Amino acid sequence: MAVTDARSAPARAAPGGREPSRGGVRRGGLLTPYLFLLPYLVLFVGFVLIPGVFGFWVSLHDYNYLLPGKPWVGFGNYVDLFTPGSRDSGDFWRAMAATGIFTVLSVPLLLVCPLAVALLLNRTFPGRSFFRAVFFAPYVLGVAVVGVLFRFILDPNIGLVNYYLGHPFPWTTAVPWAWVSLVGMTVWWTLGFNAIIYLAGLQDIPVELYEAARVDGASRWDEFWNVTLPGLRPVLMFVLTVTILASANMFGQSYLLTHGAPGTTTRTAIMLVAQTGFGSNRQGVAAAMSYILAVVLMAVSVLNIRLLQRREGS
Amino acid sequence: MPENSPRSDALSRRRFLALSGGVGSAMALAACGGTSTPPASAPAGGNGGANYNGPKVEIVFWNGFTGSDGQTAQKMVDQFNSATPNIQVKMNIYRWEDFFSKLPAAVQSGNGPDVAAMHLDDMPTQAAQNVIVPLDDVAKALDLKESDFSPAVWKGGLYKGKRYGIPIDVHDLGLFYNKTVMQQAGLDPNKPPQNKDDYMAALDILKGKGIQGSWVPPFQFTGGFMFESLLWQFGGDIFDSGVTKATWDSDAGVQALTWMVDLVKKGYSPANVGQDADYLALKNGKNVFNWQGIWQVNDVATLKTFEIGTAPLPKIGPNGGVWGNSHQFVLPRKTSNDANKANASRYFISWFTKNANIWAQSAKVPARKDLVDSQEFKSMTALQSFAADVQYVHYPPSIPGMGDVLTELYNSVNNAVLLKQDPAAALQSSAQRATKILQDNKKKYGI
Repeated sequence: MAVTDARSAPARAAPGGREPSRGGVRRGGLLTPYLFLLPYLVLFVGFVLIPGVFGFWVSLHDYNYLLPGKPWVGFGNYVDLFTPGSRDSGDFWRAMAATGIFTVLSVPLLLVCPLAVALLLNRTFPGRSFFRAVFFAPYVLGVAVVGVLFRFILDPNIGLVNYYLGHPFPWTTAVPWAWVSLVGMTVWWTLGFNAIIYLAGLQDIPVELYEAARVDGASRWDEFWNVTLPGLRPVLMFVLTVTILASANMFGQSYLLTHGAPGTTTRTAIMLVAQTGFGSNRQGVAAAMSYILAVVLMAVSVLNIRLLQRREGS
Repeated sequence: MPENSPRSDALSRRRFLALSGGVGSAMALAACGGTSTPPASAPAGGNGGANYNGPKVEIVFWNGFTGSDGQTAQKMVDQFNSATPNIQVKMNIYRWEDFFSKLPAAVQSGNGPDVAAMHLDDMPTQAAQNVIVPLDDVAKALDLKESDFSPAVWKGGLYKGKRYGIPIDVHDLGLFYNKTVMQQAGLDPNKPPQNKDDYMAALDILKGKGIQGSWVPPFQFTGGFMFESLLWQFGGDIFDSGVTKATWDSDAGVQALTWMVDLVKKGYSPANVGQDADYLALKNGKNVFNWQGIWQVNDVATLKTFEIGTAPLPKIGPNGGVWGNSHQFVLPRKTSNDANKANASRYFISWFTKNANIWAQSAKVPARKDLVDSQEFKSMTALQSFAADVQYVHYPPSIPGMGDVLTELYNSVNNAVLLKQDPAAALQSSAQRATKILQDNKKKYGI
């Protein structure tokens, strides 16, 4: 299909009467799509494929890129991570659990809150552009800015929030409060991004559908369930997948707000991978950890795409 | 080095592709290579930096002086550059965390700096990983001897019998206290508590006035350092003498951590102290005694509302024990053999350490004894108590991978001070894990 299109395109574009030679057209046409794909292919191979394969190779060694000896350990790093009592398994699965807790707590909020905001911002009212900008604004900030900001707002003893509440809630030093802080901060920070995606999706839903619904006597609520949500399904799937992946890759918030405290309770998988790989220069184990995390995330992504597709089919 | 300076000229698309392609393949090559044997020492440095007579060179100096010490370092570099037109030093400052991921990678790819500064306890790891090279010739040319320094600082620069660090300074823990609040509470602001009884008596008086006087921070900065100081004061140590086993779970360790946790339990400190909150509370009059690093001396001097004093660390246990560390100059491994640059780097190190009195203005104790005794340093009154404590400072042993091991300790202090775990149990489990890591490291670094 793509080939025939490409072949005919230059022929059509050729100005009246002047037919280029057949061979020239075919040759250029065959290569054209691949040439367009080439820049991305180079980046993909250079920054995804090669590092990906190389990372797997690294995970099969006791790897420190600075030491001359990088002994081959086969699947030893993986076996260790699955062996209770080994040096890293406890830390790793605690970090995976922390990542899981954060994802489960943050994803529903990051699906629902931005949708509500997008629905509001999709209505016509004075100052709409201003509010759209306001809700998106935090997303522009770097995680370092947000982290330091919230560290002072939420400090248990000298923070603003507890000053007004009049009680020293341990927002950054004890669970479950630390999870509330991390999730709340993340929702505030990234809500704008999901809201903008929803907003684009909402504007794609044909107005005629709403008109038809209203003619049929549908209430606002009916419109939402039967027109808005189905219309948003592809967008919803995208937002869900991207949000799960972003939450599972959480690093900066814990690193800056709680430092993993209490103990290592809020240390996420990526934070542990970074500490192990770059702090301790144990790239072999760190790579193995990343691969386990990647496999889990792939499984979750496949699962939620399947689930949403099945609902679409029914 | 032009490779490191940001390019202001516009990049053409062709050039951009060429560059990014180059970077990609360089990275791939760096990742696959790296097994070639590195040179065993720095390129020949002529006379070890006693003077420099070569042609005009530019050398690059990396460090992690992100605080006010960065400004002092820049001031010294500027001074050096105008004094020696033939050597121009370009300084790059990174946060220490970034520094230790950037430096090895830069050295590995041949783009490392000519000179760097790092902490005493980081040097063995970097030496074992071949990131830095021995500089015995510099010490010899400068005629530096153990007697010129506090012995622990001097010996800390050695790894496997070779010298890797030229000491610049010592920065240790001390007692910062809020004089204004002490006076308001009826305590003598010129007599900060120096032993356990006085400390507890002062805290009781403050508690009577509704002030929690000794906030205990649960994080490495500076709760971890506080624990290490107390551990030594109670007669314990971090490791056994052969560094085969973590021993911070000894009775001394349990006593030390229990004392810290009791400050929280008995209400002398609030629970759940956040990162830096203890220090900020000292500055806004809510906290009175803070076990804090010398590097904050210039910061508290700017306060208008409260007057903050500094004193030696109180002696809670029977022995003297103070946490401290030392910045030292190191020479990163170079792939190219540029004798002029090597010599210029050595001359810069020599000049900087001789002028460490200027460096002391950024709130550090000079490593050289003659500078500590100089009139110029004596006039920096706020630093004197820290200089007096240097004799009690312990340093971590000179073995690679120390950071991984101490992280375990700091995590257990965190758990105990946040009241999540009993001190003895927290220390015991972390010491067991640390011992395992010590043994792993022995194998990994071949020591």
